[in-house]
Amino acid sequence: MLSPVIDPEGAAFWRYAAEGELRVQACAACGEVRFPPRPCCPHCRSFGSEWRITSGRGRIWSYVVPHPPLLPEYAEQAPYHVVLVELADAPRIRVVGNLVTEAGAPLGSVPPERVRIGARVQVVFTGAGLPQWILERS
Amino acid sequence: MAGLKDATAIVGIGQTPFARQLPEDERTLACRAVLAALDDAGIAPGEVDALASYTMEETDEVELAKAVGFGDLTFFSKVGYGGGGSCATVAHLAAAIAAGQATVGVAWRSRKRGSGPRPWTSTAVQLPTPAQWTRPFGLLRPADEIAMLARRYMHEYGATRDHLFNVALASRNRANQNPAAIMYDRPLTREMYMTSRWISEPLCLFDNCLETDGALACVVVSRERARDCRRPPVYVHSAAQGLPAQHHGMVNYWNDDPLTGPSWTAARHLWKHADFIPQDVDVAQIYDAFTPLIPLSLEGYGFCGRGEGGAFTEGGALEIGGRLPVNTGGGGLSEAYVHGFNLITEGVKQLRGTSTAQVPGASTCLVTAGEGVPTSALLLRS
Repeated sequence: MLSPVIDPEGAAFWRYAAEGELRVQACAACGEVRFPPRPCCPHCRSFGSEWRITSGRGRIWSYVVPHPPLLPEYAEQAPYHVVLVELADAPRIRVVGNLVTEAGAPLGSVPPERVRIGARVQVVFTGAGLPQWILERS
Repeated sequence: MAGLKDATAIVGIGQTPFARQLPEDERTLACRAVLAALDDAGIAPGEVDALASYTMEETDEVELAKAVGFGDLTFFSKVGYGGGGSCATVAHLAAAIAAGQATVGVAWRSRKRGSGPRPWTSTAVQLPTPAQWTRPFGLLRPADEIAMLARRYMHEYGATRDHLFNVALASRNRANQNPAAIMYDRPLTREMYMTSRWISEPLCLFDNCLETDGALACVVVSRERARDCRRPPVYVHSAAQGLPAQHHGMVNYWNDDPLTGPSWTAARHLWKHADFIPQDVDVAQIYDAFTPLIPLSLEGYGFCGRGEGGAFTEGGALEIGGRLPVNTGGGGLSEAYVHGFNLITEGVKQLRGTSTAQVPGASTCLVTAGEGVPTSALLLRS
């Protein structure tokens, strides 16, 4: 499986994820959140930033189900779904991830018919600090 | 300021055969396409003083120039973002010639995408941004990235797989009229489409472009010089590039409106400098690496309203005789996928009246580069 190839701006996101926290970059001057992380604020041009904790809740904005040809380790788990989760705390930020039955479960562990746009989801983290998503119990 | 309007013209086009695999290397194919385009124009290679291509083009200016015997070059440019750069190659030459920086420009693309590896299979050369946010989760290929937007588009506006089939079918029908097209002798039916294998749901095999070896080129000169060429000139009426504010490329997931892409930005500039409006366009060549790019582009370039791109394809609208015939050589879906350069040459053929699927009396043509990446577009007229 591919590990994130982390750039300097993204490092803090992954550091917090390894501690089980979903945080997003926010401007230290004007407070606007931005994603992906970048050196300065496109709204006020401040170079100061902070990492704001989120509730880890969101809704599925869209999803795809990739089929082979894929990289070998992904092909073994195909078809699986990749979801795009609109964060409840920051709707313009839509995080790519996988919907699973529990933290660390395989990519295709939730049956396809349970995935739908608008479904409420909650973040969990793998042992390697990769965010995943589980369906919120309603 | 004079601007670009009709200041330059495309006077020559050339291409190699298209195939899943061709024996010659990319440099040789580039030479063949460029020499064919110059011969078509009736211009000697020694007169060429400007070049434009894609940053992904592997044959560089030095190699091409010394192989085919160009003169001294005074302008050379490369445009990024893969298939988003196609029309910009012509636009850069038009701008250089109109500004007096050069007199005879050649744009080209040579690619062995059929023989070569699929770019997404490389795990070594991925840019960290935005790959770190997508690839670990199995969003690996351009098809996956666009399918994500396509699913949302279908959900929000009621676009259906039948709408995407309409796109695939129109391209295939035109390819069935074009002996040079890879899919010339392969008709497509709705049953074939609906039962084909998935690539990335909601996109199936026929929603994806071909994987092709081939090369194409065109020649751009001033309107004055164009009068002396071998073929009728096809004027570059308007040209634009487009990179919208807060755009993220094919993973345009992190802004207010992911479904408003670079086409909208390019279109605003394109129409601002044009003497005609979308309803005056006789035929369009719209970048089609994936079928959903057509309805999105139809919206972006102003042929219909937001969310209406799917419905626009109904009733044979994209076929010959329809509201807007598109991709009349078969496009990337069914003629050849060479980063959209065949859409430029097909636009020229239409305005010369020599297309294999000729729109009667066509005098205006829109050509677009890839929606979903920083893009470019041309309005051509005869």
